Parts: sequence; C-alpha cells; structure tokens
Amino acid sequence: MYSKGLAPLAAAAAVTITTALALVFFYAPNDADQGFVQKIFYIHVPMAIVALCGFVAGGIFGIRHLRSGDRSWDMRSYVAIHLSIILGLAVLITGSIWAKASWGHWWLWDEPVLVSFLVVFLLYCVYYPLRFSIEDPDRQARYSSVFAITAGAFVPLNFIAVRLAEKYTHPRVLSQTGGSMPGEMRLTFLVALVGVALLFVALWKLELTAKHASMQLKKLRNRARVAA
Amino acid sequence: MIRTARAILRKDLLIELRTKESVPAMVLFSITVYVLFHFGLDRDSLDGELASGVLWVTMLLAAVIGVTRLFAAEREQGGIDGLLLAPVDRTSLFVAKAAALFLFLTAVELVAVPAFALLLLGPGLGGAFPELLAILALGNLGVAAVGALVAALAAETRARELIVPLLLLPLLVPLLIACAQATEPLMRQDAGPEDLGRWLSVLTLYDVVFVLLSVAVFDFLLED
Repeated sequence: MYSKGLAPLAAAAAVTITTALALVFFYAPNDADQGFVQKIFYIHVPMAIVALCGFVAGGIFGIRHLRSGDRSWDMRSYVAIHLSIILGLAVLITGSIWAKASWGHWWLWDEPVLVSFLVVFLLYCVYYPLRFSIEDPDRQARYSSVFAITAGAFVPLNFIAVRLAEKYTHPRVLSQTGGSMPGEMRLTFLVALVGVALLFVALWKLELTAKHASMQLKKLRNRARVAA
Repeated sequence: MIRTARAILRKDLLIELRTKESVPAMVLFSITVYVLFHFGLDRDSLDGELASGVLWVTMLLAAVIGVTRLFAAEREQGGIDGLLLAPVDRTSLFVAKAAALFLFLTAVELVAVPAFALLLLGPGLGGAFPELLAILALGNLGVAAVGALVAALAAETRARELIVPLLLLPLLVPLLIACAQATEPLMRQDAGPEDLGRWLSVLTLYDVVFVLLSVAVFDFLLED
C-alpha cells in the first residue's frame, strides 16, 4: 500500500545524490574565503531544509489524522518526525564541524539558525517519551498528532524570536543561498537539495512499508492464535 | 461556554484556597532558586541582562510546578471522569484551566518579583513599573496558554512529571527571549524602556498563536 513507486524513487534518490556529490567535488568552485571546508554547506543546508519541512509535514499529517480519525495519517506523521529527528542530529553535527572549521568554535550562540535548530531539535526529542508513554493506541495517535501540530506551528515562531534576539550580525555564510551565490554553486546546491529530499521521501515510504508489514504480520499471528 | 468555564475556574480557585498546594510551593521554589543563583553566580546584586535572565528563568521554572499540578486534583480524586461525562465543551475546560494558571502565576509574581527586588536586584524596581506589569501580564498569558495545553497532553501519559518540563521549557524559549529582552533595560542602573514595542509585539504574536492553537487542538485531548 505504501510501497508504490518506492523502487524508482529510491533509484532516483541514489542517482541524484551521486550526481550531487560529483558536482560538489569536481564542479563547484572552492569558496574564496573558506576554501574546501565550505563544501560541507552542500550537505548541511539541504539536510536542515528537508528536516524542517519534515517537521512541518508531520504537523500537516497530524491535522489530517485529527480531521479524519484515520490512524494511518498518524503513522505518516510519526515516520516523518522520526526521520527529521535523525536528519536534525546530522544537521547539528555537520553545523558544528563547519563552525569549528570556519570560525574556530564548535558552537556559536550568535548564529541564530543553529540556535533555533537546537531548540526545535530538543522539543522534538520529547516526541518519543510522549508517544511511547501512552498505551492506548487511539489515544497515542491522537496525542502524538496534537504534539506534531503544536510543534509544527512552533518551528517558524521560534525562528522569528531567535533571529530577533540577535544583537550582532555575524558574517553570514548562509546569505550565499540568496542571490549572491555564483551559478555553479547554486546548481550544485539545488541538486543536493533535490537529492536529500528524494532520499527523505524514499526512506519515509520504506519505513511506512516496513511498519505496515509488521502490523499486518502481528494481525495475522493473532488471528492464527485465535484459530488455534 | 463562559458560564461553565467560570464554574470550573471557581472550583479550581476554591481548591487552591483550601489546600494551598500550588501557589505557596511555587513561591517557595522561586525564593529557593534566587538563593541558588546567589551562590551559583556568587553575586550579591544583579542588574541588566543577568537580573532579567535570573528573574525570568526562575519564573518559568516555577511555572513548571504549576503546570505539573494543573490537573492533579482531577486525576487524584477521579473528578476528571465527572468533568468529561458532563456535557461540557472542551474549550471552556481549556479557558478555565488557562485562567487558573494565569491567576496562580500572577499570585506567585506578586510575592516573587518584590522578593527578587529585595534579595538580588541592584537598581530597585522603581523605574520599571508600568512596563514591567505589561511584560508580566503578556508573559503570564503565554505561559498559561502553553501550560494548559502541555498539562492536558501530559495528563494521560505514564511519565507525566518527566514530560511536562521537557515539553514546556523548549516551547517557552521564544517567550523567554521576548520577556528577558524587554525586561533587561528596565533593570539597568539607568533604567528605561528600550525596544519595548518590538518585544511586546513578539510576545503578543506568541500569545495569539498559542491561544488559538490550544483552543483548536484541545478538543482532541482528554476525550475518553
């Protein structure tokens, strides 16, 4: 049911990510200030964007679950948030490496995007204890959806507040995502973004298929036990 | 809706008046935290950023106690079943609980903010007055809306005492930023508001978003 189109999607993700890596290493120019280390940007920023989109998508699936009462939407929301948390951890680690290489510190409090991301990440980590401390499956799905919606709405609000708290504008590398990025860099970045997004959707479908299959198996086992 | 909300609020306030559980505990906790900050920072008096940060972190930590206890009476005495069996709109339950939390926080601050001025604040509260009241009121409103939602979310989980602080505190980070930044210039030696409009509008935005959001999703909590 979830596995439709999974194989071509996975193939597309593999091809795009390979292309993106090839572009990163052989096509995109080295950054004039930061040199080679700036290339982590092509993996760090797409992962961050996809993780945030995954969190918001989790909230939207949550809304659909509460509207329809269909628990498969909650499963979609759970898997989206779960994958986004994993990506989020990777974003924090790559961000930290980048900060150390280009500014000399592992962590910088005056980088609002990084700080907001940490707050969002900490909030979403509570999703697991909340979800798995509720036994009743219907209630678990409903409460998880409420959390997903609340946290999804919190994401943009948090970014606004942390950005406003910034007193000193740090020399911002991320502004390169704007118009000032040279053409080769922008192309590489876009391919990497599409690659990570495809990978996310493919993993999401894979995880849903696996969860669905194990649920079916459980059902069949129960039925077999009742019959025996 | 207003009538049921008022009845539930009246019940909560009566219980608090008779048992004196949450508010005194929150006040005591705040003063203990001031003592901890005094020794932790090794400072006799604070001003500016440090003062507003200590004040607001203490207030939010105290709020965690209030939120954890918000559904305590219903849960321990089984009153929640009665509430849910009665044809009561969930929205009025949310309004009542948020209002109760708002009033508890206000009561706590009536003691804890002067105590802060007495114990730790260097410059004195004189120059901060009308502005500080507005910040406290908007801050309490935000904490009340988020707190009632978090309390209802955690009410049905096994690890309630664990979920409340872990969920509440990250959600309050934008509120902490706005409140602490707005309060900071009021607690300097040369006290005076600065950027107040900007932070009050961030606070208002936060309050509006979370009040609307909580009202919208509260129907799905405490259903059965």
